[in-house]
Amino acid sequence: MSLLERHRNIIDFALSSLGRRWKKNLALTLVYAFIVFTLASVIFFTEAVKREARAVLQGAPEIVVQRLAAGRHDLIPAGHIDTLKEITGVGQVQGRLWGYYYEPSTGANYTVVASGDPPLAPGTIAIGQGVSRTLNVAEGDLVPLKGMDGAYVSFEVARVFSHASELVSADLIEMPAADLRVLFGIPEGYYTDLTLKVRNEKELVVVADKIRRLLPDSRPILRDEILRTYDAIFDWRSGLLLVIFAGAVAAFIIFAWDKATSLSMEERREMGVLKAVGWETSEVIAMKSWEGVIISLTAFFGGTLFAYVHVFFSSALLFEPVLKGWAVLYPRFQLVPHIDPYQLLALFFLTVVPYIVATVIPSWNAATVDPDSIMRL
Amino acid sequence: MPGRKSDIFFIVVALGAAAFGLMIAHAHHRNENAGHGLKEKAMLVERLGLTDLCLFTDARYARHPSMADLHTAFQDSPMSVEHFPSGTLILPPPHLRPR
Repeated sequence: MSLLERHRNIIDFALSSLGRRWKKNLALTLVYAFIVFTLASVIFFTEAVKREARAVLQGAPEIVVQRLAAGRHDLIPAGHIDTLKEITGVGQVQGRLWGYYYEPSTGANYTVVASGDPPLAPGTIAIGQGVSRTLNVAEGDLVPLKGMDGAYVSFEVARVFSHASELVSADLIEMPAADLRVLFGIPEGYYTDLTLKVRNEKELVVVADKIRRLLPDSRPILRDEILRTYDAIFDWRSGLLLVIFAGAVAAFIIFAWDKATSLSMEERREMGVLKAVGWETSEVIAMKSWEGVIISLTAFFGGTLFAYVHVFFSSALLFEPVLKGWAVLYPRFQLVPHIDPYQLLALFFLTVVPYIVATVIPSWNAATVDPDSIMRL
Repeated sequence: MPGRKSDIFFIVVALGAAAFGLMIAHAHHRNENAGHGLKEKAMLVERLGLTDLCLFTDARYARHPSMADLHTAFQDSPMSVEHFPSGTLILPPPHLRPR
């Protein structure tokens, strides 16, 4: 009998054996698939966000200069612009005006930014989809915002940012700089922070050092640091990953441990009978290995495919409560999928291999015992 | 019609592998066509000088993690501990951590 035919016979028997305990094995496969689903969802989601952050934030300011007062971010005087322009290699220095607006009627926080180029007309705003949803407003509607003096000012919605841009614009309110100064009471001659463009990118670190020396009350933040922030947020040690990963891995360890230590009496007796009717130890172990392969491959395929649908078709619906926290406004974004063979391989070795090992070791222990003594148990 | 149980197993494995192939092809296709959406976001980032993705909107240091300072954890009082769920999910940016 050829090797292939021999293993086909063993697989036939393994499937019949699984079928005899189908309820237990079905429950096992579902739990296993759920763990794979959780791990795969986290891997797909974080990798997609990291890649999107790298692609989208390439256009972020090269250097942001913030002023700190008593350890807190403070308004920066416009006079610092001239000081920074004197640094060799600095091309352009601009003031940025932005802030946060808490809307008491909805409980949502919005990010208000001064209009870019081309600027918006006075009294008008452009809003993100999240703002539009929470306030239930559309283009042409009026939005009343409470100013520093307690009086409400109405702004006309000139534009709503597209759904496609929601990952960066969901909570944005863009308004003319003059209106923003009035709303937040920011006096002329001050900005929230400053942005710099440097002629030669290789000089960014040198320029940042010079800024620290020239303006000791300020701190420069480089674009490279902004980009690395998102790699760090979704690093495996970060809270988000650690919480979900640790939960799933702990569940998997308990699951595999249970499997490894609790070969049922029925299974032991089955192995004894097989050996008594002439099966060799290697064939019994091969049969148990195939059982492990059948269950783990089914769970791996099922869990991974459902995770892909979950993250890239339903906008990671199950992660929403985790990411939302106490926020009222939550962006609804569609991530661009990216499947790295390395990710799939890592997932495979993290889930399938330990399970097969956990199945084979107790079977090997049971299969090497005298069949007569097993059957007498 | 498959006659043996092992045939069903091989068919299921082949279908799973084919579904994986489709998944990779779909990801590749979406990546190829993502240029417009990414460009739109990148243009908005450049035009308004944005620095962060809008992932969390409950705490300011989670909305703009790259702009957070060392005192954000104590924003309400010196003894105030972290109380926003999103703040417990993310690490401080690398440039705020000791080197």
